[in-house]
This record gives sequence, structure tokens and C-alpha cells, in this order.
Amino acid sequence: MAMSKSVRYLIPLVVFAALAGLLVWGLGQDPREVPSPLIGKPVPTFSLPTLEDPNRAFTDADLRGKVSLVNVWASWCSACRAEHQSLMALSEMPGFQLIGLNWKDDAADAKQVLAISGDPYTMVGYDPDNKVGIDWGVYGAPETFVVDRQGIIRYKQIGPIDRKAWEEKLQPLLEKLNAEG
Amino acid sequence: MSPLIKTLLIAAVLLFGTAASAFTLEEFQFDSPAQEQQFRTLIGKLRCLVCQNESLAASQAELAQDLRNEVYRMMRAGKSQSEIIDYLVARYGDFVLYDPPLRPSTYVLWFGPFVIILIAGFFMLRAILNRKPGADDAISDADRERLQALLGADAAGPSATGSLPGGEPKQPT
Repeated sequence: MAMSKSVRYLIPLVVFAALAGLLVWGLGQDPREVPSPLIGKPVPTFSLPTLEDPNRAFTDADLRGKVSLVNVWASWCSACRAEHQSLMALSEMPGFQLIGLNWKDDAADAKQVLAISGDPYTMVGYDPDNKVGIDWGVYGAPETFVVDRQGIIRYKQIGPIDRKAWEEKLQPLLEKLNAEG
Repeated sequence: MSPLIKTLLIAAVLLFGTAASAFTLEEFQFDSPAQEQQFRTLIGKLRCLVCQNESLAASQAELAQDLRNEVYRMMRAGKSQSEIIDYLVARYGDFVLYDPPLRPSTYVLWFGPFVIILIAGFFMLRAILNRKPGADDAISDADRERLQALLGADAAGPSATGSLPGGEPKQPT
């Protein structure tokens, strides 16, 4: 071998450094974030009653024509409560409609939360039996889907929308979707 | 607290513990034991997304319960195993499968270990083939003298080497 001895002795060190680097990178990954296969696909067809009026239907048609954020939440979900204030702030912003999907919850409890802490949603679908949740691949709350004007799911935020998620992912994406027209 | 009460408490904990961890198949009705077996096999292959190292069969998470119901409903509706699996994969991704499918994105996962074994085998083979025969036997004259001096240090002659394996230093007689 042409390599000098001193270089050869460095090989284990380099291999170790590479492995350590890989493991450190792995520590920063969140295994709970399962990428959704629905990104880039149209929203599943569905029809749900709304939380406020059981006779009024909320369907996939409500997600067309406007850019939407679909926020999956429940009254029993503490992370959703933490997220609530940012949702209230988001509801003031132009350019998209904020839709709620009340998931595996009790209507009375859900309504109480909205009555006490405010209702940021344009519309809330009521899905106590996880019918639409399964179709959307929901596996926890909160989750937020970004849906474009054509009704295509463009992004899924797993966990609460915090400042980082908003500034790095959601806001740029929403601007882009609005620019797409 | 008397030992008896303690024992009873432990027994109660164990009893409830089992009751809680035993997944209740009773709520599902099957036409035949074969169908029940099929259902069990299927939910054993699917991963719960909430408690990620548990199968749908083992998990007590509510989502797992919902998905078990869904699998059951689809089975009763006459859907085949692969149809049910495709349905869940379309919604939750390959992650719901305990067995990752073979496709370009998982080639590293499936073939990586064999590639590493091949590379390691190549280097090992080369190291063995490159080894010079007798290289280990070559000692310089100075080393040989030193070795003999050490071996013979506690005795008058080279015959004393016989005492070495014993471990204990031989006392000079």
C-alpha cells in the first residue's frame, strides 16, 4: 500500500469521528415525527358535522379556493392549549383560513375550551370517532396541515406551531402558496 | 404494614397489571378461528404510531384501538390483508409496517450490513494474505540475548525456563 503508516493509523480515528458525527446528528432527530405520505396529494374526501351546528356539513369542498391551515386539536390535549394563543394570533392574519378539526373529543368539552379561551377557527369539523383523522393519517394532536387552493396537502406540522415552525416552515410556505395564486 | 397486606397488595398490582396489558380480543367477533388468527397476524405486523415500538396488537394507546377497529371493520367487509395494509400505508406511510418494504429508499437498510461485511471481509482477507510467513520468529540477536537473560535470571541455566508457566517465581535453591 502506498499510504504511509502514520496516515493508516488515522483511519480508525476518521471512522470513529464519522460514526460519532452520525450519532450526534441522530440525537437531533425526532423519531416521533413520522413523515406523512399525503404530502402532495389531494385532501381525502370527507363530510363531517361542524362543532357548532351538527346539521351543517364541513367537507373537503370547504378547503378549495382558499389556502387553509387545518389544525387538529382536542380539549384533552395539553399541547393544543399551549398552542392556542398562537392560533389566536394566526387567526388575525390575512391570506389563509384557519380550520379546526376537533379530534376524538367531546363536543361539550371542546365548545367550552373555545368559549373560555377564544375561537380562532373559521370553521371546526367534529370528528369524535377518528373517522376523518385516520383518513388524514393523524396520529396525535396537535397536528396542522397546510392545504393549497386546489385542495392539495402541502405540508404537515407535527406538534404545536411554535415560533420556529412558523418562521421557518409555515410562513414562507403560506407566502409562496398565496403568490401561486 | 403486615407482610400479609403487602403480599395482597403486590398480588393486586400484578393482577391489574396483567388485566391492563392484556389486549382484549373479546370485543371482536370472528366467524372462524382462522379469521381470528388472520386478524392477530395482521395487527402484529402493524406498528402503533403513538408508542412506536409496540405493534397494534400490543398497544393500549387510543389510536391503536381505533386502528384495530378499522382493521377489523375492513376485514369484516371482506378486504384482503394486502388491501388493509395498503390502506394504512397510504395514510401513515411505510412507518406503520414493522417490515420495511424493499425499495430504493431502503436499499441502504437492507443491503448496508452485507456491504459492510463484504468490505470488512476484503480487508481481513488481504491482511491475512499479506502476512509474511515467519515474520514473527525474527528477533534481533540483542533481543534473543535479553530474553535468555530474563528466562534464565532465576536459575543457572536455560533449563530453568520450565518454571515459567507456573507463574510463581522459583526460589533459588
